[in-house]
Amino acid sequence: MVAHLLSLKFRLLLNGFRRSPGQVIGMVIGGLYALGLAAVLVAILVALRWADPGAAHAVVVLGGAGAMLGWLVIPLLASAADMTLDPARFTTAAIPMPQLLAGLTLAGFIGVPGLATAVISLATTATWWRSVPSVFGALIGAVLGATTCVVLSKVATTATASLASSRRFKDVSSIVFLIPLMLLGPLIATATQGLTGSGAFLPRLAHTLAWTPLGAAWSLGGELYAGDFGGGVLKLLVALATLVGLLWLWKLLLQHALVTPPYAGTARKGSGKLGLFRVLPATPTGAITARALIYWLKDPRYAASLVVLPLLPVILFFSGRQGGSFEALSLLGPMTAFLLSWAISADVSYDSTAFALHLATGVKGVHDRLGRSLACLAFGFPVVVVFTVLPMLVTGQWELLPNQLGLSLGVLFTGLGLSSVVSARYTVVVPLPGDSPFKKPPGNVAQTLAVQFGGMFVLALLVTPEVALMVAQIITGSQVAGWANLFFGPALGLVLFAGGVRLGGEWLDARGPELFARLTVNR
Amino acid sequence: MSQPHPDPPFVPGTSDSAPAPALSLQGLAKRFGGKVAVDGLSLDVPAGSFYGMVGPNGAGKTTTLSMATGLLRPDFGTAVVHGVDVWRHPLEAKKLMGILPDGVRLFDRLTGEQLVTYAGLLRGMERDVVRERVAELLVALDLAADGGTLVVDYSAGMTKKIALASALIHAPRVLVLDEPFESVDPVSAANIRGILERYVASGGTVIVSSHVMDLVQRMCDHVAVVAGGRVLAAGTVEEVRNGSSLEERFVELVGGGTNTEGLEWLRTF
Repeated sequence: MVAHLLSLKFRLLLNGFRRSPGQVIGMVIGGLYALGLAAVLVAILVALRWADPGAAHAVVVLGGAGAMLGWLVIPLLASAADMTLDPARFTTAAIPMPQLLAGLTLAGFIGVPGLATAVISLATTATWWRSVPSVFGALIGAVLGATTCVVLSKVATTATASLASSRRFKDVSSIVFLIPLMLLGPLIATATQGLTGSGAFLPRLAHTLAWTPLGAAWSLGGELYAGDFGGGVLKLLVALATLVGLLWLWKLLLQHALVTPPYAGTARKGSGKLGLFRVLPATPTGAITARALIYWLKDPRYAASLVVLPLLPVILFFSGRQGGSFEALSLLGPMTAFLLSWAISADVSYDSTAFALHLATGVKGVHDRLGRSLACLAFGFPVVVVFTVLPMLVTGQWELLPNQLGLSLGVLFTGLGLSSVVSARYTVVVPLPGDSPFKKPPGNVAQTLAVQFGGMFVLALLVTPEVALMVAQIITGSQVAGWANLFFGPALGLVLFAGGVRLGGEWLDARGPELFARLTVNR
Repeated sequence: MSQPHPDPPFVPGTSDSAPAPALSLQGLAKRFGGKVAVDGLSLDVPAGSFYGMVGPNGAGKTTTLSMATGLLRPDFGTAVVHGVDVWRHPLEAKKLMGILPDGVRLFDRLTGEQLVTYAGLLRGMERDVVRERVAELLVALDLAADGGTLVVDYSAGMTKKIALASALIHAPRVLVLDEPFESVDPVSAANIRGILERYVASGGTVIVSSHVMDLVQRMCDHVAVVAGGRVLAAGTVEEVRNGSSLEERFVELVGGGTNTEGLEWLRTF
């Protein structure tokens, strides 16, 4: 039975390759990335063989504890937990519990993260290739530690399965996950500054962690090398107890979960709340604007980009403070304008087959294009203006403000026009409605890349005049170029915007069914 | 249509005197890669009829209805709704039709009420008219208590019903419904049938596709049996079933037989 589960998992992994070349490329890139990371970590662990034993002990214990925390937290937050062997699917198969547990645990090692963890854990035996007891200690510790990692993640996902299956939890967790990810740079910088200040802190932390379930398994090699056999035995007991305890907990949770399928209940709400549909004009364009705005707020795939927005200035500010110059910060306005306007270039792809409603109701292409653009503009315009003025408070280059405003608004309008054309003709692969914004979407990656890079290239060409005026002021210092751009940028942008909406509208009228046919491929 | 006049009596065989069809498909064909999904299908749906389209899985029902409603461009053939060519004048033709496509998503981050309102406003309807009709539709389809719930949180049957409401909002002359009763509970199904029957009685035309023969036999006055992308039989339900039940006639037409040989072990326990 265990062998069956293993071969099932293996077969699922292999069949993943057979779906499309794009997916193979994606998995190969992901695999190479993990392989590279694993190789670097293994090299470090091997190199530690010649390091000071205390330092090696600290590194191994801290790294191992970090890995365990990662296995605990990441599957919960990424809402991308590997559910290919979801225990719920075996409910009707009547597999004895011990064999199910063993099979699922071992199957957890098949796949990129599991394999990488196993290999890196085993590399700690190289670190403790110093005496016979230490090698054995490290080996036992590696097996115990890696297994605990896998079991820990299973316990966490099983415990939260019914919570995680509720849509609201998925929506929120996938966005909240973004925030620490975006702030990783500043966080690491601050943390390293703080830690280098107190060098003795890390070994002491490692020493304490070694007595906890998180670090016990990883410290076995170090303890035995130091000759502390009593401590080693105690820590082995801690590690074993942890694993057994987790297995027992997992068994209880599974037994409960197998007979109580997750129930994603939501409160019923009566009608009467039309929201934006009541506020905006009762025309096709107004309705589409209202619908698009609701999606910007309620669909995590859109809302994720709204969460990123306020973080952008923070990141640029921190990287500017560390680099000592705030040049990058002055790009905030144009960059935001680009990101926001380009975001709707995949609008129809985000609709997926729900686009059928637009097709069935016979909406004119121009109304469709204009409605989506106006929704983006409704919050994009104020945000871009604020983000253009904000950096001036730090850099003090107020003489560049008119020019910056012209450039930013030019990029915003031009980008919206171009997006209106692009999304009327081309589809790109995006996460399907209801999926996590980070889920790797199925479909043709090559076309997506071609559309994305082609579009950005065209956008760069279209905003050349505004960029030229910006460069002119920086070189000559003449205010005239700045005021010229303040007028010229938005003017040219609006002309291109109007042209883009019209052209996109015509294309949509002519080729709506073909676009819809392309959407039905990935659903 | 400007002058009210009594419909001429329906006499089979004298198609000249019959009223203009509500939907007329002529030689529709569609190929997906190497597979011919619809193979020169022609069909006339008389105005004011309750028309059923039945066929096995993969018969080309959904493809045909998609081509008839302007969602999928045919390789060959024409589709005409009340005299308007769907592919030459799509905007005019779509005003006449209410469409419930099968297997497409909805804008499910809207509430049910918002979704139906959205469908109405997309059609360019007045806000007050939309508000009134949405309220009535939600009550009629027993969704009033869930009008403020996001469609993504709806059950499959509720999702089907809200999609149906979106197709009804503009009071179309022709309703094209692809599998309207799939996963709808019996009470709601009876409800929907009542709505559709009243709609037909007042002169509207309904075209439904379904696997459920009993339902089609009881509900529809006309039926077309489709298989392999072609019409095998079409006409009034009485004509097509020709004495036997629609289900027997269907199995006879489509072939394949009832292969219940073998599986002896299933009776041995």
